[in-house]
Amino acid sequence: MATTACFIIVSRNDIPIYETDAGSATKREDASQMHQFILHAALDIVQDLAWTTSAMYLKAIDRFNDMVVSVYVTAGHTRFMLLHDSRNDDGIKSFFQEVHELYIKILLNPLYLPGSRITSSHFDTKVRALARKYL
Amino acid sequence: MAPVAPRSGDAIFASVEHVNAELFTLTYGAIVRQLLTDLEEVEEVNKQLDQMGYNIGVRLIDEFLAKSNVSRCVDFKETADVIAKIGFKMFLGVGASVTNWDADGTCCSIVLEDNPLVDFVELPDTCQGLYYCNILSGVVRGALEMVSMKTEVTWVRDMLRGDDAFELQVKLLKQVPEEYPYKDDE
Repeated sequence: MATTACFIIVSRNDIPIYETDAGSATKREDASQMHQFILHAALDIVQDLAWTTSAMYLKAIDRFNDMVVSVYVTAGHTRFMLLHDSRNDDGIKSFFQEVHELYIKILLNPLYLPGSRITSSHFDTKVRALARKYL
Repeated sequence: MAPVAPRSGDAIFASVEHVNAELFTLTYGAIVRQLLTDLEEVEEVNKQLDQMGYNIGVRLIDEFLAKSNVSRCVDFKETADVIAKIGFKMFLGVGASVTNWDADGTCCSIVLEDNPLVDFVELPDTCQGLYYCNILSGVVRGALEMVSMKTEVTWVRDMLRGDDAFELQVKLLKQVPEEYPYKDDE
């Protein structure tokens, strides 16, 4: 069974606005810092890649040991980054697309300030459910 | 001239010009957002929304009476029915029902089946006391005041606060008798 480590959403100003350890239990104590580090490192690659294609889903763009970083960039340049070690491309794509839908709903909320943390528990539950479904 | 039969809410709603629902929802959202930024206090925003609604209501009643052809209501019960069945349908496109009458017929609840104002909205922790739709209560209060009924309109249930419906409590405080402004012999 493949495992997923962590999913974060990074705003256009490079501020992480949502984070969840979507997958199964973490193995190492410092794993969450490690994951953040890997995802941060991948941001540079995203920046270069984002403008070379019109597709929003950038597929796997970086790897670290046995872990892969998959990225989806929305039109507003918000980045969804998923750190995983599975090879489930279709599932990841569907996951990103559905999270995108949820993210748009959050963005349409007049009381949400774009670029601020996503604190909605509803969003959190939905994303976790999607992670279980697709990843 | 024979009195014209009152038109149904559906018929009026179908005959007036419509505006895109999302544009409407987001515009209202932007107003609330701006009020929150400007006034900072959630309580103040509630008050301001109510006042804005009141100002809308005192004008809206004229359009309502002109388009709906309703005649004078015999009692408050009928008034509440007209608001729920025709008023809400005509201006918001949603139906509403009237329930929870008290014994002397001066206090009732209008339950909205659907509320286009709150699409997409989720109250963040910082505005828990906000009555997001407070403008509606103001509209009802303002409109009723123009037809000589002093009312108090409050939200009892609010889906944004985790309830299962939108319920607006309308309480009739007093009926102001209409006075002819001039003496007969003037």
